[in-house]
Order: sequence, then C-alpha cells, then structure tokens
Amino acid sequence: MDPILLIVFLPLLAAAIAGLGNRALGNVPAKAVTTLALFAACALSWPIFISFVSGHAEPHVVQVLHWVRSGSLSFDWALRVDTMTAVMLVVVTTVSALVHLYSWGYMDEDPDQPRFFAYLSLFTFAMLMLVTADNLVQMFFGWEGVGLASYLLIGFWFRKPSASAAAIKAFVVNRVGDLGFMLGIFGTYLVFNTVSIPEILVRAPSMAGSTIHFLGMQWDTMTILCVLLFIGAMGKSAQLGLHTWLPDAMEGPTPVSALIHAATMVTAGVFMVCRLSPMFAVSETAMNVVTYVGAATLFFAATIGTTQWDIKRVIAYSTCSQLGYMFVAAGVGAPGAAMFHLFTHAFFKALLFLGAGSVIHAMHHEQDMRYYGGLARKIPLTYAAMMAGTLAITGLGIVDVFGFAGFYSKDSILEAAYASASDSGRFGFWMGITAALLTSFYSWRLIFLTFHGKPRWAQSEHVQHAVHDAHGHGHDDHGHGHAHHDDGTAGYHPHESPLPMLIPLVVLSLGAVFAGWVFSHSFISEGGGEFWKGSIAFSEELIHHMHAVPTWVKWAPFGVMALGLFTAWYAYIRNPRLPAAFVEQFGVVHQFVFNKWYFDELYNFLFVRPAFWLGDKFWKWGDIGLIDRFGPNGAAWVVAQGSRAAKVVQSGYLYSYALVMLLGLTAAISWVMVH
Amino acid sequence: MLNHILSLMLLVPLLGAAICLFVDAKAARTVALAATLIDFALGIVLWNQYEVGGPRWQFQESAELFAGFSWKLGIDGIALMLIELSVFLMPICILASASIKKRVGEYMAAFLLMETLMIGVFSAQDLYLFYIMFEAGLIPMYLIIGIWGGADRIYASYKFFLYTLLGSVLMLIAMLWMVHEAGTTDIPTLMEYNFPVEAQKWLWLAFFASFAVKMPMWPVHTWLPDAHVQAPTAGSVILAGVLLKMGGYGFIRFSLPMFPEASAHFAWLVFALSMIAVVVTSLIALVQHDMKKLIAYSSVAHMAIVTVGLFAFNVQGLEGSMIVMLSHGLVSGALFLCVGVIYDRLHTREIDRYGGLSINMPKYALLFMLFTMASVGLPGTSGFVGEFLSLAGIYQVSSWVAFVAGTGVILGAAYMLYLYRRVAFGEQKNADAAAMTDLSAREVLMLAPIAAVVLWMGVYPESFLAPMRQDIATLDARLSQAKPEGDAKLTAGKPKAAAAHEEPAQHGGAH
Repeated sequence: MDPILLIVFLPLLAAAIAGLGNRALGNVPAKAVTTLALFAACALSWPIFISFVSGHAEPHVVQVLHWVRSGSLSFDWALRVDTMTAVMLVVVTTVSALVHLYSWGYMDEDPDQPRFFAYLSLFTFAMLMLVTADNLVQMFFGWEGVGLASYLLIGFWFRKPSASAAAIKAFVVNRVGDLGFMLGIFGTYLVFNTVSIPEILVRAPSMAGSTIHFLGMQWDTMTILCVLLFIGAMGKSAQLGLHTWLPDAMEGPTPVSALIHAATMVTAGVFMVCRLSPMFAVSETAMNVVTYVGAATLFFAATIGTTQWDIKRVIAYSTCSQLGYMFVAAGVGAPGAAMFHLFTHAFFKALLFLGAGSVIHAMHHEQDMRYYGGLARKIPLTYAAMMAGTLAITGLGIVDVFGFAGFYSKDSILEAAYASASDSGRFGFWMGITAALLTSFYSWRLIFLTFHGKPRWAQSEHVQHAVHDAHGHGHDDHGHGHAHHDDGTAGYHPHESPLPMLIPLVVLSLGAVFAGWVFSHSFISEGGGEFWKGSIAFSEELIHHMHAVPTWVKWAPFGVMALGLFTAWYAYIRNPRLPAAFVEQFGVVHQFVFNKWYFDELYNFLFVRPAFWLGDKFWKWGDIGLIDRFGPNGAAWVVAQGSRAAKVVQSGYLYSYALVMLLGLTAAISWVMVH
Repeated sequence: MLNHILSLMLLVPLLGAAICLFVDAKAARTVALAATLIDFALGIVLWNQYEVGGPRWQFQESAELFAGFSWKLGIDGIALMLIELSVFLMPICILASASIKKRVGEYMAAFLLMETLMIGVFSAQDLYLFYIMFEAGLIPMYLIIGIWGGADRIYASYKFFLYTLLGSVLMLIAMLWMVHEAGTTDIPTLMEYNFPVEAQKWLWLAFFASFAVKMPMWPVHTWLPDAHVQAPTAGSVILAGVLLKMGGYGFIRFSLPMFPEASAHFAWLVFALSMIAVVVTSLIALVQHDMKKLIAYSSVAHMAIVTVGLFAFNVQGLEGSMIVMLSHGLVSGALFLCVGVIYDRLHTREIDRYGGLSINMPKYALLFMLFTMASVGLPGTSGFVGEFLSLAGIYQVSSWVAFVAGTGVILGAAYMLYLYRRVAFGEQKNADAAAMTDLSAREVLMLAPIAAVVLWMGVYPESFLAPMRQDIATLDARLSQAKPEGDAKLTAGKPKAAAAHEEPAQHGGAH
C-alpha cells in the first residue's frame, strides 16, 4: 500500500473512532488514538519530503475511487504526490501532530475532549485531501472540509455566544469566496472541458489572448478564470475584504488557532495559487491582482496588529499580514518563495500561537496584554520559545551567514518583488518593507508587554477569579491577603506549562530557528527547478534577478527590523508613557486602526442588516401581503362573495376537488370513446 | 414475479391500507410497517434486477382496461431512482408516526395509499393513468394535513387545494388535446412525438401551471410553508421528500421531451422565476422563527436549483437536477424528522424555545449537523454533487443564472447555520429544553439510514448516476434540436508570443 493512503486516511479513521466513540470511549483512548494516528502520518510524511529534497522521488498519483461521471465532466478521488504536496504534507502532519500533543495539556480540564480531538483529526484529513488533490473539485472538497472543521472548532466552546457567532461568520464569509471558487471551476471546465489540474496547467498557455463572456462582459479568458479562483483563495486566506472572519476565529481554543488559523488552513489560498501558478502566469492582469491584494493586506493587517491588546488578535493580524507576503510572492512570479514562506511561517507562527497559549494557560485565560508583564522569569521556557518565534518572524539574520527562518523566506519575497521590476512588484516591495517595520514593532511590543516590565495582572478579572477560587477552596495557607501585594501580582504566581505543551514548543522552536537555513537551498536557489519538478511555475530567471538586487535591498529588511525593535523598546520599556501620549495626539488615526478600519461595521451596514430587513419584507409584504392576499385568499374571498357560502368552500374543498377530477376524467374518457 | 413487480409494488401498500382500516391501532402500525418494508425489499429487488445500459423501458406491463384506457406500467432509470427514494422513505415515515394517537388505522391507510399512488406516478406509462395517480396522490396528503395536522390545518390544506386545482385542470385539458393530436395515450410514444411548435407553447404552459405549483416555484410557493407547518412530521417528510419531486419528474418526463422547442422558448421564464426564488426565499428563510417554515422556504430555494439545472439543456444540468431531487428528498426529509424529534418532546416549533441541545442531546446534534451540512451542500454529502453539477450545467448556458443561483450557496449557509446555532449551540436557556432526552433507538433507526445514504451519494454518486445515464443521454439528444447557445462566447486562444503585443489592449478591456 502506498504510504500516502495511510497518511491521508489514518486521521479520518481516528476522527471517526474518537468522534463516534466520544463519551463512551473516554478521554484517554480518544486522545491516544488521534494523536498516535497523527504521529504515524507525520512519520510517514517526512521520508516522502526528504526524498523530494534529495531528488530521488518522482511525482505520482494514487487513484482511490471514482467520484462523479457526468457527460464529459468527470473527476475521481485521487491522491497526488509531488513536491508541492510533499512540502504541505510535512507542514500539515508535523504541526497537527504537535498540536494534538499540545492539546493533551492545554485542554486537560475540558469536559469535551474526545470531540475536540476528533475535530482536530477531521481537520487534518480534510487538509490532506486538499493538498493531495489532483483535480479542482477534490481541492474544493478539502477546501470545504477544512472550512467545516474550522467552523466546528471555532465554535467548540459553543456555550459562548461570541464563539458560535464567530463560527458562523467564518463559514459564511468563506462561502462568499467559495462562490468565486465554484464559478472559477465551472469556467475552467467550460474552457478546458476538464477539471484535472495537470491537464489545465498544460493547456492554459494556449488560451492566452482568448476572450470569454462572464456576466455579460467580455474578459480575457485566463484573467477572469484566475481572478474567480483567487476570490476563493482570498476567502480562505483572509485577504483584504474577506478577512473579517479571521480575528473573530480566535474565539476557538488556542491550539486550533495555531493549527488552522496560522499554520495550515489559512495558507490553503496560497497553496492554490501556487499549485495553479502556471495558469496564473498566463494572465499578467491576474498576477497583478494577486500582488496588489496581497500587498494591501500585508500592510493593512500589520497596522491593526500594532494597536491590539489581545495577544491572540495581535498574532492573528500578523498571520493575515504574512499571508499577504506570500501572495505578493506568488503574484510577482515567485511561487517558490511563497511556498518557502508558507513552510517557515507554519513553524514560527504555530510556535507563536502555542507560546501564546502557554502564556494564556499560565495566566488563567487572561488574553489582554495590559494585564501581563514581567513573565519572563515566571515562565522562562515559554519566553525562550516566544523569543525564537519572534526572531523568526521579524527575520533576524546576517546575509550569507545565518538567519532565523523568516529571514530567508521573507527577504526572498521582498527581493523577488523588487527584482520583478513591475509596478505591482514595486508596490509590493515598498508595502512589504513598511509592513516589515510594523511587524518588528508589534512582535517586539508583544514580547515586551508580556514578558518584560513589572507584573500588571492584579487588575485582571481572570486572575482575580483564580486567586479568589484558590482562597475560596481553603488554599489560603499563605496567611496574607490581597493588600499585601503591591507588586501587581495580587498573590497570583503564574507557572510553567506541563510537558505535553512544552515539547511542541521546543520542536517548533527548532523549526523557527533552522528551517530557513536548512531548506532555503532547495526551495529558492538556482537549482530550485530540480526540487519543484514542474509542480509550480518556477522561474530561474527571476532567481538570478533576485540575487542581483542592489545591496541596500538585501539589507533593508534588517534595517527596518532593527528600527521596529528599537521603537518598541523605546515605547514599552524605556518610556512606557509614550504610547498613551501618541494615542492622545493621533486619536482619530488610532481609533480608525484600533477598530480594524471599521470593516465589520461597514459589512454589517451593507450586507447583514439589509439581508434581514429584505427577508422580513419579502416575507411579510411579498408572500403574505401580495401573493397570499391576491392569490388564494383573494380567490376564497371571491368564491365566498359569489356563493355566499364560505363554509362550503372551507369544508367541502376535498369533495369539490374530487368532483372536478372525476368530471375531467369522465370528459377525457368520453372524448376518447367518441374518437 | 419480475414481470409484474411494479404492479406488486402498487398492490402491497394498497392491501395494507385496506387492512389498516379494519384493525386496531397497534396492529395498524405493524401492518403499515410490514407493508412498507416489503415494498422496500421489492424496491431493492427492482434496483438489483434493473439492467443498467439495457432497454430504455424495463419491467413493462400492459393490460387493456376499457375504452382505450390501459394499465400500462414501466420504468426507466429516472423513475427507478425516484421509486427507490419513495420506498426508502416510507418505512421511516411509519416509524416517525409514533406520536400519532388519533385514528391510527385511517392514518396508516392514508400513508399506504399514498405510497401506492406515488409509485404509480413514477411508473405509469399511460397518460390518463399518470393523471389519476398524479392528482389522486394529493388526496391522502390533504387528509393527512386536514385531519392529523396542527391548529391551522384547514387553512393550510385549503391553500394546498386551491393552488393545485388550477394547475391540474389546465394540465388535463392539455392532455386531452395531446391525445387527440397524437392519437395515443402511451407516454413513451408521446415522448418522441413532435408536436407543432406553436401548439407546444400552449401545452407547455398548461403543464407548467401544474408542475410549477408542485415544485413549487416562486410565486406559487406560498402553500408549501403552511402545508409543512401544519402537517404531522411524517406528512412533511413525504411532502418534501417525494411529492415535491413530482413537479421535477413532470418536467423531465413531459415538458422537456414532449415540448423541447417550447421548453427552450420558455427557459428564460424558468430561469427568472428560479433566480428570484433562490434569493427571495433564502432571505425569507433567514428571518423565520418557526423551524418547519424555515426548512420549507429552504426547499423552495433548493427546488429552484433543480429547475435551472433541468432547463440548462445539457447532461450536467439534467443529472445534477436529478441528484438534487434525490438529495433534497433525503436531506429535507431528515431535517423534518429532526424537527419532529424535538417537537415530540416540547410541542413547539419556535426556534427560540430551544438552545444548547448539543449538551443534552449529543447524538441528535451530530446527525442534525450532518443534515445541515448536506443541506448547505458541503462536498462529501449528497447535496454537493447535485448542486455542483446543476450549477456547472447552467453555467454553460448563462453565467448570470449560475451566479445568482450560486448566491444560494452563501445564503443557504447563513440560514441553516443560524438555525443550527439557535437550536444546538448557546446556553441551555430553557429548562424544559435542557431536560429533553437524546435520541431513542427508534429515532436513531429513522435517521441513521438516511445519514448513510446521504454520505454514500456524496462520496460515490456513481451508484445513482449509472442507472439514469442512458436516459439522460437520450433526453439530451432529444433536446439538442432546441439547445440554446451559451453566453460564454469563447474565442480561440492565440499563441502567447504572437499575442504579446496585443495583450495590453486585451487587459484594458478586462478591467
């Protein structure tokens, strides 16, 4: 049996066992079976990846089952294994396995653990179906499957109204993108008469310059197809306009945020654009759209990241922003760099989220950074892990010597944007540099607010609850009350997380530190074509240009990183009154950014409220007021007026009906007999 | 036996119905369950013996009765699938009727009679026989709503009656004319008869009046929410599961093959009504407080996907529509069962009276979630396959129709998840709802088989597509004479190098 079958279907099997067994099975067996399945899948995935890195493996497809045959439209369940898939396999299974392990600790007190682990494994299965898809429809299956798992996991704590609202929002906003994806698939089928990805990619160049009508307008064929598909990618990868669900998705448990809303699912859009990069490459307009949207998103999300207080929201906006970088790379024709950033980002962003989870765990579910401070000494291992993640995301490194993961991947994106020498590339470059400054600022701001300075959690309600509970349960053997603690701790002493949570942090830290250094050669060097084996539109030429960029372009990311670090240090350590003064000075700007550019309010006003209003009016005015009034009720009224015997109509309808039918039939039969 | 298996399938429930009228409640339940299970078993035999790729009409039987009126039965793959749907849902309906306490014998008799008539509709090959089955099939439904229905049952069944009456009179007149013109009542012959194009238009409109009401299409849909709300659970299941499919069956068996030119001529009427239906009824579903009304309105939206697919005049559209019909029959049936399960416990359909059911009814929450997702059209469930093929079919004719009908994908998610959230998520704010017990073994037995088929149809729809393939291909060939041109107007691609200097202009136009 091909190992890919086990990799994909073990998580499904485990999800079914844990989910259906649920409370009957018990916590530990459900957790064990899912976690073991994921570690097995992970162990099977790495050899595949390594064999592609060393150049020994050949792409192949494993057929599983027919799916749909309808005229010339036919597609199967099949698992494609090539370089793209191999990269995603290790990302998905590694992060997922570690998140499963982490959840043993994080979810330890939750009453619904089997359900949680079943959802996690179900998610992993859907994600694996997505990345192994050989046709667009199976990709859509995975796409929707991860959407379902995301919905279930965001709403995992379904008692909380905010969690179930966030879950619906995530699903519905994604569906807007999905409509684009579906229309893109229909269009692709119409043009190419197939939905098989390899066939489409081969034939896409022949459609250059052709036109097609869509919604009554004439378009360049490949432009409209790519843009429609990209709308799907924008939904899943939370790009500007369809991003509003991602920050709200933080309502889900933190391991979920790490796995789904940072490392894997949200990168599906990037994966799709890279997988179809030979198709996108045919349309310059589509590539520009991808670049501009990515560039706008990376800047927009980074600005919001600088103002948020909730530790998870900062990281969520950071994710949104980093996804923008990946789209810029894909848009300027460097899908290799996009995939590389996807790869490194998975490790360091999962690390940051799991680290944040460890902080939240230590702080008794307090997520507001205003109530943190001075945690470095309390939870040193978490601090070290978060440092590794921060160094990786801000991209610390010395050219040609060593750098943390983000150094290689983010810098290569900026170089590619610069080297592409197009207007959109320039825009992407400058936006990227600006956002790199903001990234460095908000990342260090997070570190300083959380781990440095003095403890500030005495005012936190969550911590007060914890202290109060401890006292209430008779653990007040310290013999002192709140008043004695003027050090800001209120007597609460955060403790380091248990081992199952720390091991993933250590493993992911290794990834955050070394992943860039080890794999940059395979992904983005001149020899990258060997590695990718045609699974993406890899341009050797662009790589040459990237290496030839001016020295200042190579050093610019480092410069803005240092500037961001310095600003954050100055504002949050050296002169902590500065941010408040800044906010007072630029109140309007801060309000605008802090309120996330008012997208939620705008959408509420434009779509949500009108939908409910229209629904109400269509119902009460249309169906009841118009159709019923002049239709059946009107008819009844006429009949009643005519016969003056409403009762006959109301109770005798059955007989009159039967009578009409009988009369009709008699007429019919006599007609036939006469002829 | 195989020569008369269709007659046998009609006879078994009819006999059961007769027996039910004369025995006590408990025995009536047993008889009804036995009769429907026997019919289900016969259905399996039928499917098993149906030769895929064999003759177009199978299991034909014919007996002259009187005056040119004949007992002619026979099925193709399309009818086969709809018969399977009917016999599959019937035993489940009997199981779902445990809460019926009044006049059980008559109730069971009405259901069994309806089963006979439903199978009759799908297997009739004589025009008048079809007409009788088609119209008479609604009589047991009137009774079920009118006698065992809710408080407003009289108004609901009256509305149901009034709408159907108009359509059936017009259809009957059209049938008389057709028989006069073609000189036969044989449906297979009529399906190949070429009526004059002008006459086709009048005939098409007359049939449309009947089928549009059954479907139901906007704006003749307002009987459906009331009928569903008032009907007992099993009545809703059959209404949504099978009776609504008669409209679609009518289109695919009569309107399309008998009047292809007229169908093409009026396709835009169908598209317009369907597009309005998707948007309007989805939005209406969003604001409903009554669970059954919400699902009823969602049915109208789903049936609109069926009609756009049917009038796409291509294989994907037709096959997609058939799968949507089968899927909707299962899924909306299951959703009405889900409503029935909690209605039986709390006796209210008011959504706000529930909440947090995931806590005390986890099994229920799981199955309800599955059916919700199938209704939303999640890939892997039956809902997706049909919706996807249908929309893929219509896209080839008009991207506008595909786009507007596609908004149902977004709105459907909104109203179904909003419903699910209010029922199953949140705190347990009502003590009586919080005290409800999880699914009983009987209820699991009702819902689990449907769940299994929903997944089966989603993962391997080939089982369901294969029997219909040849019939749909025949229909597609028949329709090709009137096939409309798509609006895509694809121009040929030019080699990239040659087109390089023209590209800026092309892209300029694209903005």
